[in-house]
Parts: sequence; C-alpha cells; structure tokens
Amino acid sequence: MDKKLTSAIINSAKALFNVLPLLVGVILLVGLTHTLMPKSFYFSTNVVLDSIIGSGLGSVLAGNPLTSYVLGGELLKQGMSLVAVTSFLVTWVTVGLVQLPAEAIMLGKKFAILRNIFSFAFSMLVAMTTVFVLGLL
Amino acid sequence: MKKTEKSYVGWYFLLIVIVLYVIIGLLKIEVLLPSLRFSFKIIKNIVPVFVVIFALLVAFDLFASPYSVRKYLGKSSGFRRWLIAIGGGIISTGPIYMWYPLLKELKKQGIQYGFIATFLYNRAIKLPLIPMMIVYFGLKYTLVLAMVMITISVIQGIIFEKIEGGGFL
Repeated sequence: MDKKLTSAIINSAKALFNVLPLLVGVILLVGLTHTLMPKSFYFSTNVVLDSIIGSGLGSVLAGNPLTSYVLGGELLKQGMSLVAVTSFLVTWVTVGLVQLPAEAIMLGKKFAILRNIFSFAFSMLVAMTTVFVLGLL
Repeated sequence: MKKTEKSYVGWYFLLIVIVLYVIIGLLKIEVLLPSLRFSFKIIKNIVPVFVVIFALLVAFDLFASPYSVRKYLGKSSGFRRWLIAIGGGIISTGPIYMWYPLLKELKKQGIQYGFIATFLYNRAIKLPLIPMMIVYFGLKYTLVLAMVMITISVIQGIIFEKIEGGGFL
C-alpha cells in the first residue's frame, strides 16, 4: 500500500480513537441525564438567555466537534431550544478557552483574547440567524 | 497541550462517568438499565456514520495537511483572499495547535489578522464530520448553519482588519 495512504489511515484511525473515550463518556452521561432529569429541565422561552447558556457551555467545553454534535443532538431531542444548541455547537469550535494560552503565545495575546470574545458574541448571532432563516424555509 | 495529555483527559472523563454510574447504581439501581439502554441506542445510531467519517478523514488527511494547504494561503488579495481563508479553514483537519505554527509564519510574512480570524472561524465547518451533523440536525440545518457561519467569518475578518489598521493589535 502507498506510504502516504497508510499514514493517512493510521492518522485517521488515531484521530477517531482519541475521540472515543470522551464520546463514550458523553453518551453515557446523556443516558444518565435522560433517565434522571425531567424534560422540563431543558425548556426555556428566552432566546437570548438560551443562546448565552449555549455559548457559555460550548466555550468551556473542548474536544472534537463530533462529541458536540452528539451532545447537542441529544440535548435537542430532550427539548433544549435550537438556538441554545446552535450557540453551543458554534462556540465548541470557535471559542477555545483551553487553547487560549497557546493561541496567545503563537498569534499574540490581544488577537487571541479579542478573537475569542468576538467569536463568543457572534455565536449568538449565528444561532439566532440560523434559526430565523430555517423558520423562513 | 500535548496530544498525549489531551487523550488522557478523555480517559479521565470516561472514568469519572463510570464512577458516577457505580455510585448512582448503588443508590438507585433501577436507573442504570434504562440509562445504559438509552446510551447504547445512541451508539448504535452513530456507528454507521463513523465508517463514512473515517473514509472522509483519510481523504482529507491525504490532501489537506498543513503542508499541502500552505501553498494556497497568503498568496492572493481582494475577494479571492477571503475565499482562500474560508476554503483553507473548512478543509483544514487535525487539532488547532497543529496550525498555529503555520499561521504564525504567515503572519510574519505579512498576512493580516483578518485572514487568520476568518480561517480559524471556518475551522468550525468540518467536512468529514458533516454526515454526523446531518444525522442529528438534518441537511437543511447543516447547510444554513454553514452559510451563516461563512458570512459571519468574513464579517469577523473585516472587523479584525479594521482593528489592525487602527493599530490596536
């Protein structure tokens, strides 16, 4: 087999394997939450509050976006609003409190801090716009 | 953070969840089986998508490494520059820290922060993972979210250009 292809297969297998413990942990936690928590726990009628909660949660959590899709998808099924889930998905990747020190060292402190602040604020705009556009379609 | 440290975080998290299951099992045994059944249902749903994701990851690893993408970044101007920042962000794979050295080098070569901000924002759109997003949220949602994010990424890029132009960075 081609060396490049072998290396790509190994890298991809490693990438998926690295996601597994976190993903399985999240899925087990979702299962537990599904059984223990009442559905009303996830409901909110305030769009702004929803997006702030979603963005906040996504900002502090980190990892492969795959985990965020599973977690966000399950939260949506449980009744969490689409705005909150979308904010959560967007900040999971665009805001990185865990990576902030590395980003600051490599690309500059001011840039890293400002970029994360803007990304946090924009995540709410993205979520509201997405849900609004979906409502029109 | 090193790769190995990051993978341990996942294992620690899984261990904590297992301990949580044991504690709850001791206190309320009737909760365990429905919780596990629900979790296995989720796993059963996502396993087939993993096969597709794996194939896409292999393809992207072959054609979109930092080394192969590098030649397209930072060589254009105007509207094309935004397209390259968007495209580069979307096709870039692997953890973000793998890309910081390249972005730092491009910055030294004179690329603007606006380009970097747009590139980083578009990393949120992961082509190999799109099948999973479609499974959970549907094709319409996935497309609309991607379009909105691309638009916002350019707006963020323009804002950063203005900030940099004003000497604040």
